[in-house]
Amino acid sequence: MAVDYGTLKKGGFMRQKQKDNFSLRLAVVGGTLTAENLKKIAEVAEKYGDGHVHLTSRQGVEIPFIKLQDIEEVKDELEKGGCKPGVCGPRVRTVTACQGSEICPSGNIDTYGIAKQLNERYFGRELPHKFKFGVTGCQNNCLKAEENDVGVKGALDIKYIEDKCIGCGVCEKACRTDAITIKDGKVNVDYDKCNYCGRCAKSCPTDAWDAEPAYILSFGGLFGNEINKGESPLPLVTSEEQLFRITDAAIQFFADYAKPSERFKFTLDRVGREEFYEKIEEAYHG
Amino acid sequence: MADYTIYETVDITDVVCPVTFVKAKVALEELDDGEVLSIRLNDGEPVQNVPRSLKEEGHQVLKLESNDDGTYTLIVRKVED
Repeated sequence: MAVDYGTLKKGGFMRQKQKDNFSLRLAVVGGTLTAENLKKIAEVAEKYGDGHVHLTSRQGVEIPFIKLQDIEEVKDELEKGGCKPGVCGPRVRTVTACQGSEICPSGNIDTYGIAKQLNERYFGRELPHKFKFGVTGCQNNCLKAEENDVGVKGALDIKYIEDKCIGCGVCEKACRTDAITIKDGKVNVDYDKCNYCGRCAKSCPTDAWDAEPAYILSFGGLFGNEINKGESPLPLVTSEEQLFRITDAAIQFFADYAKPSERFKFTLDRVGREEFYEKIEEAYHG
Repeated sequence: MADYTIYETVDITDVVCPVTFVKAKVALEELDDGEVLSIRLNDGEPVQNVPRSLKEEGHQVLKLESNDDGTYTLIVRKVED
């Protein structure tokens, strides 16, 4: 019987150099696995693989040396530990995320929460080519948002609250874009220079800032044979609802306009950014 | 601005991140609740990060002043858990 490698690949089984051996890619959202998942993965790697796992470049786990005849059994076994197979090929891939504001002091947004929602909306969706989402919590950009087809970067939408300010001077030094100047104990913010990193609010000893989680989106990033930094044409996105309206519009644009095997960046190059920007601006304003 | 009396001073211009924060933290540990520490720190990473790290530890930052020689003085009140 001929082996349907396309279907296997779609289900996360990656053909190895070694005949009839597959590296099984697991579904991982935002780089998060439970201890129960890990125990099962270890068990399967020992019983069906060669006793090792590979951590992929996009926070995934692969179990190599799974034998062709064991594939169904391995799937059932992993299911018992709450693990699902991942995907490869022309569809929405693993949504990656840093630890975000639930864990990391620098985090501006709940990256895992956003990653889970993106995953629920889009994971595995069939498209003309691969499509990657990455969510990073702040401008330190540990998750490299702009190398994804759609990148989400956490920001803080800040407003100065004069009444609570003690004029200590910390925010002026914490700001890396020289948007803050202090004269006679009064803070002046040049919002045109502000990049919404939130360091002023995070460092302020009296919390004299109204600081709401917000999102900076980037589009058309890729980091393979060709390298391109995703572009951020939109103003700050200030709600989850608005965020998902825009990601819906972006992925739909790709579904509608991309040629087979064409990454998002090249669709934008070919079709023209103006047309795309018009679509996402529409979504931005709702 | 609240009045304060400096109880102790520490110079962290001779170390680099993350020891800057550690040295400041150790100095604060020597103090009692409510006592005020003066910290001399360098421009750049220390002045950008140390005030925030001390805030995250629960201490009260009162003032940051430039010494106009590439160093700053940070005034912090110790807050015990």
